[in-house]
Amino acid sequence: MFGYLIRRILAAIPVMGVVALFVFLLLRLTPGDPAAILAGDNATPEQLARIRTSLGLNEPLYEQFFTWIGKLLHGDLGVSLISNVPVLKMIGQRVEPSISVAVSTLILSILIAVPLGVIAAWKHGTWIDRFVMGLSVIGFSVPVFVIGYVLIQVFAIDLRWLPVQGFQSISKGFGPFLQRIILPTITLSFIYVALIARMTRASMLDVLGEDYIRTARAKGIAESGVLLRHALRNAAVPVITVIGSGFALLISGVVVTESVFNLPGIGRLTVDAVLARDYPVIQAMILLTSAIYVAVNLLIDLAYTLLDPRIRY
Amino acid sequence: MAIETLPEPSIPVTTPFRPKFGFLTSTPIIAVATVSLTLVVLLAIFAPWIAPHDPVLLTPALRLKPSSAQFLLGTDGYGRDLLSRTIYGGRISLLIGVGSAVFSIGIGLAIGLVSGFFKWVDAVMMRVMDGLMAMPSILLAIAVVSLSGAGIWTVLIAITIPEVPRVARLVRAVVLSAREEPYVEAAISVGSSLPKIMWRHLMPNTIAPLIVQGTYVCASAILTEAILSFLGAGISPETPTWGNIMAEGRAYFQIKPSLIFWPGLLLSITILSINLIGDAARDALDPRMKQREGSK
Repeated sequence: MFGYLIRRILAAIPVMGVVALFVFLLLRLTPGDPAAILAGDNATPEQLARIRTSLGLNEPLYEQFFTWIGKLLHGDLGVSLISNVPVLKMIGQRVEPSISVAVSTLILSILIAVPLGVIAAWKHGTWIDRFVMGLSVIGFSVPVFVIGYVLIQVFAIDLRWLPVQGFQSISKGFGPFLQRIILPTITLSFIYVALIARMTRASMLDVLGEDYIRTARAKGIAESGVLLRHALRNAAVPVITVIGSGFALLISGVVVTESVFNLPGIGRLTVDAVLARDYPVIQAMILLTSAIYVAVNLLIDLAYTLLDPRIRY
Repeated sequence: MAIETLPEPSIPVTTPFRPKFGFLTSTPIIAVATVSLTLVVLLAIFAPWIAPHDPVLLTPALRLKPSSAQFLLGTDGYGRDLLSRTIYGGRISLLIGVGSAVFSIGIGLAIGLVSGFFKWVDAVMMRVMDGLMAMPSILLAIAVVSLSGAGIWTVLIAITIPEVPRVARLVRAVVLSAREEPYVEAAISVGSSLPKIMWRHLMPNTIAPLIVQGTYVCASAILTEAILSFLGAGISPETPTWGNIMAEGRAYFQIKPSLIFWPGLLLSITILSINLIGDAARDALDPRMKQREGSK
């Protein structure tokens, strides 16, 4: 197990290396002078010089890369070209809304999607099954921001139950915090519920045909026991896997949701950075989100052993 | 002496791929999806004849007008006809969707075929693909667009890059299992050239899964283009795309929600139809998958 853990962590290094090389080359290989691209059309020579020094663009390419990687490994993600604030500090200030929405989405989606998937598989071929599958195709197809605006229109503007936009830190009270993350959470949950429910259903259908399920039923175990203890536990591995691979979807979703609901999170920070061509921030965000994705999927691989004692590394 | 006949060994026979389009009307829902998608495509192709007004003509005096006989869906914040813009908006979306599907399949097929066949290429290529897959597609796409400017080609490239690894992995998986088949071994032993083996014997196996994957890439690319435009990092705002119309509608959302509603509806119907057709194609082309998913 320990050996496997080490191997997996080592395997993550080339993946992150590719990500780092990609974001590094993206700016340097874009046709034109990188400094001029970032500074825009009306840049003064001083601004261009400042950007060149800040990103080390005057050095040879390989030297730039190794200096940059060296800084990264020391936790230095660079300084914003616009505000001159260290990028890591900017991200730290904006991380609360994003994590709040992402975590609550994850919890809500699992709570809704797993039972939906189980019921759809159990009632396979009935209208319940078709309803759940229909819901899941719609969840995949309607863009996050369209769902967001429909929810704002109904619950914030027409019914006036919830605030339209904005964020309140949890430190200023749980009530106002919750009020402001309910709609973003529901918005983002649609696609995640679709993904998880679909996989839960498929995986449960596979398992429900197994001999041990027939044995469990023959023993006279209540249907709920058969479904939850015998079937769901065995069906869990693909479901957990899809939760992990869907994490990239969640991160992309957070970026859009924050724009719809005006949440001052890291997604909004990234979009603002893109519009202002603040490359150090964009670069740091891609690296950070990729690292989170790789880490989450590593944790999920390890979780397999807890879920399924037959899996041993 | 009784001669015992042995059962014939079951050799998987690959029949050449022949497109069958019966699945497009296999259930009433799929039929509706096919008709809807056809209508959207026709609207986009014949936009100049169907749209009642010029989609980019600014008439500030007529801004934010409600629905009327002259402007069926009303006008936007610059006095442009919403109906005409929505009809024209489908052109870019469909172009990006189809373009991205074609390019990602072309590139992914090449990478997947080579990776599946040469182990040393595989080790390197798959790490690169893992790296690309680790980056959230929206972030990757907006980073590319922000650096290279917001042309239609840039957007197409930005959307295609994150899709390539998914196609490449699929092709690689198919090739890995197909190269163990006796007919490939036979081809190698009679001295067929590598390109011939790849093209004649391995590639045909990938066609059915790639058609299915292509529909999903197309749907996902249309969605990503809309998100990019919506975030302000897509094709320049004068060009009517569904994402752009909605992005501009954000400012007037509380006064005129229809600016987001209509393009959003058309966008959703399009993606929904493509996804449904993709599911139907998968069921028709890959019965094993259908069985596994348990669909009827």
